[in-house]
Amino acid sequence: MITGHELKTAIAQGRLSAVEAASQALARAQSLEPQLRAYIRFTPERALAQARRIDDLVRAGEDAGALAGIPIAVKDIFCVEGEITTAGSRILENFRSPYSSTVVRKLEEAGAVIIGKTNMDEFAMGSSCENSAFFPTRNPWDPTRVPGGSSGGSASTVGAWSVPIALGTDTGGSIREPASFCNIVGVKPTYGRVSRYGMIAFASSLDQAGPMTADVRDAAITLGVIAGHDPLDSTSVDIPVPDYAAALRSDLQGMRVGIVHEFEEQIASLDPQLAELYRKAYQALEQLGARLVEVHLPHARYGLATYYLIAPAECSSNLARYDGARYGVRADPGGDVYEMFERTRAAGFGDEVKRRIVLGTYALSAGYYDAYYVRAQKIRTLIKRDFDQAFAGCDVIAGPAVSCPAFELGAKSQDPVAMYLMDYFTIPMSLAGLPALSVPAGYIGGLPVGLQIVAPAFEEHVMLGAAHAYEQTTRHAWAATPPVAQTAASTS
Amino acid sequence: MADVPIDIDHVSRLARLALTKEEATRFSAQFSRLFEFIAELQSLDVNEISATAQVIPLKNVMREDVAQACLPRDVALENAPAREGPYFKTPRILDGES
Repeated sequence: MITGHELKTAIAQGRLSAVEAASQALARAQSLEPQLRAYIRFTPERALAQARRIDDLVRAGEDAGALAGIPIAVKDIFCVEGEITTAGSRILENFRSPYSSTVVRKLEEAGAVIIGKTNMDEFAMGSSCENSAFFPTRNPWDPTRVPGGSSGGSASTVGAWSVPIALGTDTGGSIREPASFCNIVGVKPTYGRVSRYGMIAFASSLDQAGPMTADVRDAAITLGVIAGHDPLDSTSVDIPVPDYAAALRSDLQGMRVGIVHEFEEQIASLDPQLAELYRKAYQALEQLGARLVEVHLPHARYGLATYYLIAPAECSSNLARYDGARYGVRADPGGDVYEMFERTRAAGFGDEVKRRIVLGTYALSAGYYDAYYVRAQKIRTLIKRDFDQAFAGCDVIAGPAVSCPAFELGAKSQDPVAMYLMDYFTIPMSLAGLPALSVPAGYIGGLPVGLQIVAPAFEEHVMLGAAHAYEQTTRHAWAATPPVAQTAASTS
Repeated sequence: MADVPIDIDHVSRLARLALTKEEATRFSAQFSRLFEFIAELQSLDVNEISATAQVIPLKNVMREDVAQACLPRDVALENAPAREGPYFKTPRILDGES
């Protein structure tokens, strides 16, 4: 595994050109596509133009940026000027972005080289990448299994060691669950930390962009690039962005780590083997100097139901814009404009998106708004208060990111609620708007799982500091090579 | 199995989404288990609790009301499924004479 910061150093020292790095990443990612299908589209011309620009800057002795020459992949939910952006949906299969999202602009200004747009569950609704309108993506640890979702393509390509850094989005777990399944680091920042401008909206009070990376240092550097206030997103918060790389720690002396009583009961009842793996992870934190304290999140068990009222309600509102009038695919049966709307949406959206639009429209409709939507928002308050109380007694919370390792394709695709339950441990943090990450924590039957670390709002530096100490001591991400990476190495 | 209270025909009309009979039946069955979870929310007393619509410490975000750069019209129209001159073109919206 080569990390982004190692590649950047090699490029800055002239041991490798950015064009070579981009070409190698493209060749490797493309050679793995028959097995993984992680990409909706490659962007080789954009990549090589940017790489040449970086090489010129390096040759001229200029600072080419914090991510200079590092090949990256971007979830196909982010607008990239001039490129097709589909959000994994038929309804946008011909949509060419007229501008770049703020995070993509910042990444390219920092010298990152975008090699392609990654596959995802349609409009980020899903936990397996099987809801992509185009094709499912597969897991580099076992291609008969899912990579997780919705940022499944980004997780798969980083997990296969094709690129060290990718961009994902997380609404209820869509960065953390696939990161866990693919043995990479996935960071969901605090809501408001990163601009959502140019990122296709699913649930606007929950959506947040974040890095999915080979190691914690790459995540810290990438978050430092994309974080910060953006006048184009009024929900991005204008508070200083710390130097995340400088906050990385090698021990946890003096840190209080909260272990959630309710989560430990839940994981022990679901999978004792996984519960044991997480207990070992907590012991590793303790050996690094942390003090473990028990904390309680009594309302976290209501997170799933709360989320599945709030997120679909917001989705039904956000996705009203896809009507065939101004962009995207239009189905026009020859009647009036309303018939065009109904047919366009029927033809353009897949099952999961339709389900959530129906559920969300219902939760917002006259007579049901108070009983469902407002009640869910009140329970959201209770969940947030639980975290406030928990953080009165600890600096970070550590716990499960997932309730199982990656499952086989098709195993849950006919049962939406079984799929929704995949986000049991990640949804409460999303509802509370908190920063949370998944860091590799070991293997169950040869399949990786991640440890979740959560911090109070805007304290990503504390969370990343803890994750770095854990990662550098345990080195789970380096302990084994994903099987597809072995294939790639022997053929290249 | 929980009862699913949704009138899917009515709701899909509100959402301007033409569902097939097969989709409506299938979705209804799939919602059943979700409503078991949702029913649990009714057991909590939330009368004294305020609603959280968003989680960040922001109130109204204001800016000066001055014109700023925006997408040029031709660029905004580039993705139009149908256009006529500088306009998006859609099927008839209003009843009556055309």
